[in-house]
Amino acid sequence: MSAPAMGTTKTAHSDVAPKKKRGPGALATAYLVIYNVVMTAGWLVIAVGLVRAYLARGSYHGLYYSIEKPLKFFQTGALLEILHCAVGIVPSSVVLTGFQVLSRVFLTWAVTHSVREVQNEDSVLLFVSAWTITEIIRYSFYTFSLLNHLPYLVKWARYTFFLVLYPMGVTGELLTVYAALPYVQKTGLYSVTLPNKYNFSFDYHTFLILTMVSYIPLFPQLYFHMMRQRKKVLCHVEEYKTE
Amino acid sequence: MDTLALEAKATGQEKKSSAPRPRPKPPKKAKRIVYFEVEIVDAKTKEKLLLLDKVEPTSTILDIKALFHKSNPQWYPARQSLRLDPKGKGLKDEDVLQTLPVGTTASFYFFDLGAQIAWGTVFLSECYGPLLIYLMFYFRLPFIYAPKYDFSSSKHWVVHLACMCHSFHYVKRILETLFIHRISHGTMPLRNIFKNCSYYWCFAAWMAYYINHPLYTPPYYGQQQVKTALIIFLFCQVGNFSINITLRNLKCPGSKVKKIPHPTKNPFTWIFALVSCPNYTYELGSWMGFTVMTQCLPVAFFTIVGFVLMTVWARGKHRNYRKEFRDYPTLRSPILPFIL
Repeated sequence: MSAPAMGTTKTAHSDVAPKKKRGPGALATAYLVIYNVVMTAGWLVIAVGLVRAYLARGSYHGLYYSIEKPLKFFQTGALLEILHCAVGIVPSSVVLTGFQVLSRVFLTWAVTHSVREVQNEDSVLLFVSAWTITEIIRYSFYTFSLLNHLPYLVKWARYTFFLVLYPMGVTGELLTVYAALPYVQKTGLYSVTLPNKYNFSFDYHTFLILTMVSYIPLFPQLYFHMMRQRKKVLCHVEEYKTE
Repeated sequence: MDTLALEAKATGQEKKSSAPRPRPKPPKKAKRIVYFEVEIVDAKTKEKLLLLDKVEPTSTILDIKALFHKSNPQWYPARQSLRLDPKGKGLKDEDVLQTLPVGTTASFYFFDLGAQIAWGTVFLSECYGPLLIYLMFYFRLPFIYAPKYDFSSSKHWVVHLACMCHSFHYVKRILETLFIHRISHGTMPLRNIFKNCSYYWCFAAWMAYYINHPLYTPPYYGQQQVKTALIIFLFCQVGNFSINITLRNLKCPGSKVKKIPHPTKNPFTWIFALVSCPNYTYELGSWMGFTVMTQCLPVAFFTIVGFVLMTVWARGKHRNYRKEFRDYPTLRSPILPFIL
């Protein structure tokens, strides 16, 4: 679902003719290039951090701590992408981008950061590595597209790696949320009970379960949407799609 | 000039014009009627769906839709959108064929609006749901709260008052839908009923759950708070009703002429001087009153979401008013005087 935030829906809407190639202006393009380069670099730092930590420790366990800070920083930074859509310099749906970014941010802060006990789980490594590889490819794709020099390899990677990374990320996310459940229930984390003067209650434990359930309808839709995009993009090599 | 050319044709029953051009209303000769030819083309596939000949020039779009329905029974007239331009707006049902900028061979693009449902059905289901759902929680039917509370009654009088207000509000809306409202569109897309009903029903259940909960906490400032809120609520309900009556009286039955609403002798309508859609303003006021009365956060959320939606609608209506009427009062705001 949020795992490889594979792309904006712009390519999805490209069949809504007329092809008004509403690109950003020169200044906006420059800013976006810088943004995407910074993000690519950031996720590369996370990737390198993971590899170095693994080599130093000799095991997959507990690698989260070595990249905790850059992960939080760069994943949260992705919130800017919602702004880009809202302002119009990126022709994507605000709602869809918002949904994707917010679900990532939710997992980073409201689950992994908040429930310390899950930080040692291997499922965290699973989704972090899926996100890392995905984001490196995605941000380099955007960078090259903006500069109008998109190597086919990058395009191919973007529309192919998701086939494995997406399920991998989703699995990691679901397992992490599942692991967090008992701790949330025990401590009543982020929960509000009655009675209180605002006559409101919220059970975070139930909320997390509902979140997990929501993956069932959403994940296949997004996955098959990406597969359709893949067919469209990679089978029409001559049709140059810019983001 | 061209009518002479028409008369020069043999028996004058059928006319094919080679170069369709926008023409003013042809003078109606006593015996000779220029029949139109109508072609209906699918807007997306550009496939020719139907060719009608000998169409009366005084037929309306609705007549043409009826004819199209005969040959394509799955597309009833409410589902059809006929347009002069594939990307344009749908033509109105009451538009007359000869007043349209088409030659005597008219080409319309057909767009399927999808399954339709009468607006009345949607409005009524939207309102009956919350009415009944709230009562289910009020009477504490089984499986909602802990079994020991089943069918029990709240000890707080504000809870009873809230039930009366909430029910009154929806009964009023049902009666208005049945007897007062005059809506210009006959139908709306079928999926609207699912969307609208989910919205109203889920929020109603959410609010009702907390207000009627055995552990409900009454408002902090007690009687004062409840009484003030009740006055606001009732004031706005009367206001909303007055506006709906005024809007109804603007439209004569069957006429689709639009008029600017103005303040009347009823003081509740004086707000028209400052606001285009005071029905939404009063609705917002009612729900704010209800929020203060119950001091319940879910009610506040419902009020906020409703406010956002109504603002969007009010701004749309305000824009339409200004487009249609050149002399539309400039002092008016869409929903909140001077602010929004």
